[in-house]
Parts: sequence; structure tokens; C-alpha cells
Amino acid sequence: MTALCDRTATELAAALRSGGTSCVEILEACVARIGAVEDRVAAFLARTEDLARAQAAEADRRIAAGGAPAVAGIPLALKDVLSTRGVTTTCGSRILETYVPPYDCTAWARLSAEGSVLLGKTNCDEFAMGSSNENSAYGPVRNPWDLSRVPGGSSGGSAAAVAAGEAVWALGTDTGGSVRQPAALCGVVGLKPTYGLISRYGLIAFASSLDTVGTFTRSVRDAAVLLSCIAGKDPMDATSLDVPRRDHTEGIGDGIAGLRVGVVTEAFGEGVEPDVRSSVRAAIDRMADLGASVGEVSLPHTDYALSAYYLIAPSEASSNLARYDGVRYGLRIDGDDSVEMMMRTRGAGFGAEVKRRIMLGTYALSAGYYEAYYGQAQKVRTLIIRDYEAAFERFDLLVSPTSPTTAFPIGARVDDPLAMYLSDVFTIPANLSGMPAISIPCGLDEQGLPVGVQLTAPVLEESRLLRAGFALEQAIGFDARPPLLAELPA
Amino acid sequence: MPVEIDIEHVARLARLELTDEEKERLRAQLGLILEHAAKVGEVAAEDVPPTAYAIRRSNVYRPDERTPSLPLEDVLANAPEVEDDRFKVPRIVEVE
Repeated sequence: MTALCDRTATELAAALRSGGTSCVEILEACVARIGAVEDRVAAFLARTEDLARAQAAEADRRIAAGGAPAVAGIPLALKDVLSTRGVTTTCGSRILETYVPPYDCTAWARLSAEGSVLLGKTNCDEFAMGSSNENSAYGPVRNPWDLSRVPGGSSGGSAAAVAAGEAVWALGTDTGGSVRQPAALCGVVGLKPTYGLISRYGLIAFASSLDTVGTFTRSVRDAAVLLSCIAGKDPMDATSLDVPRRDHTEGIGDGIAGLRVGVVTEAFGEGVEPDVRSSVRAAIDRMADLGASVGEVSLPHTDYALSAYYLIAPSEASSNLARYDGVRYGLRIDGDDSVEMMMRTRGAGFGAEVKRRIMLGTYALSAGYYEAYYGQAQKVRTLIIRDYEAAFERFDLLVSPTSPTTAFPIGARVDDPLAMYLSDVFTIPANLSGMPAISIPCGLDEQGLPVGVQLTAPVLEESRLLRAGFALEQAIGFDARPPLLAELPA
Repeated sequence: MPVEIDIEHVARLARLELTDEEKERLRAQLGLILEHAAKVGEVAAEDVPPTAYAIRRSNVYRPDERTPSLPLEDVLANAPEVEDDRFKVPRIVEVE
């Protein structure tokens, strides 16, 4: 029998209502799993088990009383860039090592109000900048499928926790692929909704025009359940979209017969591993079997998206991270005057990748270079959006690999920032264009590492995306588990 | 060609103290990254408007009503140094 901590939230919610289990029991299964694997996986930066026990007991009372929300009592992990009142939130950075937020991010506030159970805060690349989780000041997370490999990033801890059964589901953030890429590398479902569908309030900013809260789940239906709880207009985030809250599981099983699916030509070129290519091609064949009409589509500016992203995101980051000045929160290293204090504080508090991006962004925004770099990148952003708009005139949905490669060895790309940045080549366009995208596990490569297939839909077409994802997931029937779990005592 | 950067000047703008080793490494890495990033100039024609936010919004207003703010002690709780309910900072202006 599958352990409670390895089941989907949907299965657990049903079991809770039929009296088959309790929230406390589910929580203890997660806690036991954390005890069994966390010394090897290292997904968490902080654990909140005492808080979780109280929340689980309360959720049991709510479910017994009837009418409890779907997320009640299901153990959750939160990426450590999401603010939690009273629980240290470090962003994977030394500069916020002791920071305890005085308020909750809206996503967690909504989950908490509906009876969610918080297991802890997960490790991530510092300030969400990275594709391997190796940029955390607190050490790397290890991929549960192969402990010598990265889980992807930047939300690596959230992805690994769900893959290893430490959490039933988790939230991350996605600025250039930081939910979808680790989901692909860890064999779980990763959803990045439309920009603005989930409030960014309390999401500690990296690049404000790209940052999106996203979900890690074991099934597409679970992603729909989690999204339904946290999406919706928030007066605390002026960029949150004014769309009515809805149940995203509605119509999820309606199938994809007649849906026009565009295969992105540029996403099967050089640099894509052969196993990734064949696994994603097989998934596309499944979609055709399900009655979708499949065709090829070109997004001619794909090559420029990476360049535009690595100007826009660092520029916004250099501005956002100016707040870490040793005055209101976080680290301070004293100096003779304010400027010296700030320079020393930031020099000591930030890691190599964050410094690299602050420098890159500062340069791209500085007098004399602004037009050549930031200004031009914003124009390319327009061209990327036009590519997608043209593609969506002919197709309802686009498909590509999520990442060109499966999980790579820890250390393999740390000295080559450009090679690392290429990990995000297929995920970045959805951030630049604001469109929703999902990564779904579609197979294993020759080494037994998971491959993810990415679907992208037009802005606010989450229901189409989830419906297609659900149909594809059922057809693929991915049921492999990390070898690590097979070694555990029953 | 890798782009030449005045690292000292940029670091000063960014209020970032860097070691000599960091400066050397960043000079090389940023030069290469910017060389790659400069590709944006190949396609960004005059007549293409820039995009700042993918989902265009005009100004968003809220009702002009007073709402409670965070309690002062919560706001100051994370500060490295506090004096008389204020953030304390090192000297900013020179006094004769």
C-alpha cells in the first residue's frame, strides 16, 4: 500500500472525508518520511512541526464538523522566499539569516485560512536566482532520483520535498522557470499560472514584472485544487488580476479531442538531449491519440528570449535588492559612514550569483548603457509576445520539453554561468509573455532520471491548460518513484 | 568581443564591496554574458514598442481610506539597530 505521504492531495482529501485517515496521521507520515530521508535530500531550511501538529488537529476538527475546504489538513511546504509571519524567511541568503517576517504572504494566508498544514520552509537558490539550487547560502538540495545530482532551481527544495514524499504539495516561485524546471528534474507536476493570477504580496521580490507564485504537486488535479485556493485579486498587489475566483478542477476531465496543439520547432534543436526529445515526442503522440490535432509552429525570436531575460531580470533585481542596506532588517556590517556600512553589508551578505546579477543589472541600467541593453531587451520582450500571439491564432496550446536536459551532476555548471542560464531556455518565454505553463512528468531517460513535458496556454486559459495536462497525464500514466523510496522500510 | 566594464564604477553604483578576486572574476564573466545579451540589438528595431509588463494595466487605484498599518514594534523588530522608535544608521552628514 502506498504510504500516506506519497499519495495525492485529492486521494487524501477523499480519505479524510470517508474517515479512512486523519490529518494528524497524514502529518505524522510526512514527519516520519522527513526523518528518514531529509539528511540526504536537504530540502528544508526550517521545519515547523509543532505549528503543523496544532494545525492538523484543528483541521481534523473542521473536517469532522463538515464543509471543510479541499486543502484542509494536507501538509504543505513553502519556498523560503514566501513570507511567513513568525517563521524565519531567509531567501536562501546570509543577508536575511535572522529575518522573521511580521506578516504572511497572501498565498499562505489564504491556505492557512482554509486549514492548510505548514511543514516548513524549503531551500532555494539565493533570492530565487539559479537553476540548480547550488546558489543557496545554506548548501545544495539533492535530487531524490539521484543524490549526486541537482534538483533544479530555483525552487529545488520544494520540488525535492514533494518528489521524496516529505510534503504532499508545495509552493514555489517562477521568474524564469523556477517552478517548472525543478518539477521536470524531480518528476513532479509544476504549474506557473498567468502573471498576476496569484498575488505577489509577501513574495520577496526578485524581478517584479516576471515573478509568479507556482505549485508543486503529484497530479494535475492537485495543481488545480491548490490554484483554486490561492488565486484571485488581492488589494495588496496592484498587479494582481481582477478575475473572479473559480474552481479550476471544473471541466478538468473533459478531454482534448479537437484541441489544436502546436509543437514548438525551436525546442527540438541542438542542445536538447536525445532522451528528452524522444520522451516529449512520445507524449505528443499521446495527445494525437487522444484526438488533438498536432502541427508544427515556429517561434522565431526564441533565440533572443534568453538574452532579453538576462538583461530584464537582473535589472529589476538590482533595483529590488537595493532594499538590503543594513538599516531595516537583516545583516549589518558596521562602517564609518552609511555608504561604507551598506557596501560592507552587501559585500558580506550576498553570494556570488546574486552579486553577479546585481552588477549585471546595475550596468544594464546605468547612464549610457540603458538604451543598448535594458531598452532593447524590452523591445525583444514585445517580439516574444507577438510570436506567441501569432502562434495562438493557429493553435490552442503549445508543447515543448520543459528543460533541454535531465538533472545534471552537482557542480557540473557552477563555473559557467552561461551554461547554467541555458537550463531556462524553454521556460523563460512564458515569464516574458505572462502566459500560464505547466510541466508534467512524461518518462525517464536512460539513467532513470525524469523528463518533463511543458504545455503553454494563452493568458488566463488555465482551465484549458489543466484540462490538457490532466488528459495527457492520464494517458502517460507516469508512476515511477525515486529509487531512494524503494530502499525505505515499509 | 567580450564587453569591457568599469567594475569599480558599477560596484560603487550598486553599493557592493568586492574583493580583488571577485572583481577579476566578474570582469571576465560579465563581459561574456553581456556579449551574449547584446544579441537583443540585432532584432530590436526602431518601430518595436518596449514592454515593461506582459499584461498591460493602467493605473490601479484603491479607495482613499485609512487602513491600519503594522504595529511599530513589529516593524522595528528586525532592525539591526534601533533608538527611540527609529532605525539607527551611521553618520550620513559631516558636521564641522
